[in-house]
Amino acid sequence: MNLPFFSASQADRRLLTEGRLAGPMPWVIAIMMFMTVLSAAGGIGLNHAARNLTTGLSNRITVQIVEANPDERAVQARLAAEQLRDLPGVSNVRRVPDEEIDALLEPYIGANGSQEGIPVPALIDADLTDAAHADLDAIEAVVGDVAPSARIDDHAQFLAPLTGLIGTLTWLAFAVVILTASALAAAVILAVRSALNTHGATIEVLHLMGATDAQIARLFQRRIALDALFGGIVGFLAAAIVILLLGQRISAVGSDLLGGISFPWAAWILLALLPLAGAGLATLVARYTMVGALRKML
Amino acid sequence: MAKSIAQFENVGLRYGTGAETLSDISFTLDEGGFYFLTGPSGAGKTSLLKLLYLALRPSRGLIRLFDEDVVTLPRGRLPGFRRRIGVVFQDFRLVPHLSAFDNIALPLRVSGVEEKDLFEPVSEMLAWVGLADRSSARPATLSGGEQQRVAIARAVIGRPEILVADEPTGNVDPEMAARLLHLFDGLNKLGTTLVVATHDVHLLSRVANAAMIRIDGGRLSDPTGLLKNPPREPRRRRDS
Ligand SMILES: Nc1ncnc2c1ncn2[C@@H]1O[C@H](COP(=O)(O)OP(=O)(O)OP(=O)(O)O)[C@@H](O)[C@H]1O
Ligand SMILES: [Mg+2]
Repeated sequence: MNLPFFSASQADRRLLTEGRLAGPMPWVIAIMMFMTVLSAAGGIGLNHAARNLTTGLSNRITVQIVEANPDERAVQARLAAEQLRDLPGVSNVRRVPDEEIDALLEPYIGANGSQEGIPVPALIDADLTDAAHADLDAIEAVVGDVAPSARIDDHAQFLAPLTGLIGTLTWLAFAVVILTASALAAAVILAVRSALNTHGATIEVLHLMGATDAQIARLFQRRIALDALFGGIVGFLAAAIVILLLGQRISAVGSDLLGGISFPWAAWILLALLPLAGAGLATLVARYTMVGALRKML
Repeated sequence: MAKSIAQFENVGLRYGTGAETLSDISFTLDEGGFYFLTGPSGAGKTSLLKLLYLALRPSRGLIRLFDEDVVTLPRGRLPGFRRRIGVVFQDFRLVPHLSAFDNIALPLRVSGVEEKDLFEPVSEMLAWVGLADRSSARPATLSGGEQQRVAIARAVIGRPEILVADEPTGNVDPEMAARLLHLFDGLNKLGTTLVVATHDVHLLSRVANAAMIRIDGGRLSDPTGLLKNPPREPRRRRDS
């Protein structure tokens, strides 16, 4: 098989010292990759949770019929529910049974509160399409015609601070990914500079023998690519273990809200690409730094 | 009339901002010539050779190599020129972590010779400088004279058109010096132009037809009258 690249790298390998993994470089890269993978996982998980919240809850409304007279309340609730069912873009209209409301209110007003004459609003839940949700005022008007005591609660409104927080955390996570990538690039630049110093005499001799910048850069690039790949894989594996353990803890909590921070399997593929992207970035930065430095020599 | 392979015209070299280390250097080297470069320590021999093997650019003046102006040569074309010049550095500059074999193989690898085609010429060269049994030794484990011979082998393995040697016999006994010189003479007879800097006056008398470039205090003197630019006949002189 004719593999010129391979035979060239065979020769290259003899030009510089072995002991590739001796320096701190691969470990620095491993630590950065660990943090990168963790923040990326956090970002993906939160983003997923935010999406679950949005599709699950925020297109939902609750209509309250706040009416002291129980008979009038029942009539208005029935009319409002009928009216809602006829509207386009409204689905899953459901009158919340009084027992459910009693159960909800029990801690505050005691059992059977509604039967004892304490006025409790009737509740109707409904899911909206995005289009219907955008025109909430129209729904309010139509329902108000038949049920003057109706008040519409938009779930998106009380979820807004939470989705906002999750959104901020998501962006923060991706910002950390960008920052660690920059730190990785800076570490590679330092490593290349120190390699240039260490091998300065060899580089000069190679130049004087007629070696091109590309030939010399290739020697270092390969080493740094391998270092970065090693560090990337170690960092990724460590982060993967942490993510799996955290996942177990989160499901052990059993909270609906935390449960939303699920981790889609496709995300693992994305995370696994990170060490590769890191190695690619390190190689590119190494090459750019090398060639820049070599150009300044004669 | 021999073709010229290198030309210096009013070349000056200044390190940093001090006085000129080399001033008004003009001479022409003929293709296939054998030149000794002499002068007291610190005179500027190594500096002159560095200009010749393209490790430095002059501060002023004109240098032509292989019929091209190399002062204004773009960086990207330097490797091509450098591959046509072999250099024995005064301080050897062997790559410390490479064996004698790999040091000697370096120029061939740089010019892209395949691994399978390396063994024969490198082994031959090792034998030629009497180091066949030290093939895998690292420079640090070689004596000064042995390192020098590795450096010489490395300089000539690529069959350069010009061989520049800076004090190539400084670390060897007179017998080895005579052998190395014989070796240089052999290369010269095969057509390589030789420029050898040396303090060793005994060497000068050993090569028939060698010309001498003498440099003192950064200025060229031309004791043999052969270096004027443009050069005049006769080009070859001296019978030992
Ligand atoms: N890189 C440098 N920077 C500044 N000055 C230098 C440099 N290299 C050489 N010099 C100075 O230039 C002068 C000539 O040095 P060079 O090495 O060319 O002399 P030389 O003739 O080869 O001496 P020797 O016979 O001892 O090898 C010396 O005075 C030296 O100090
Ligand atoms: Mg010198």
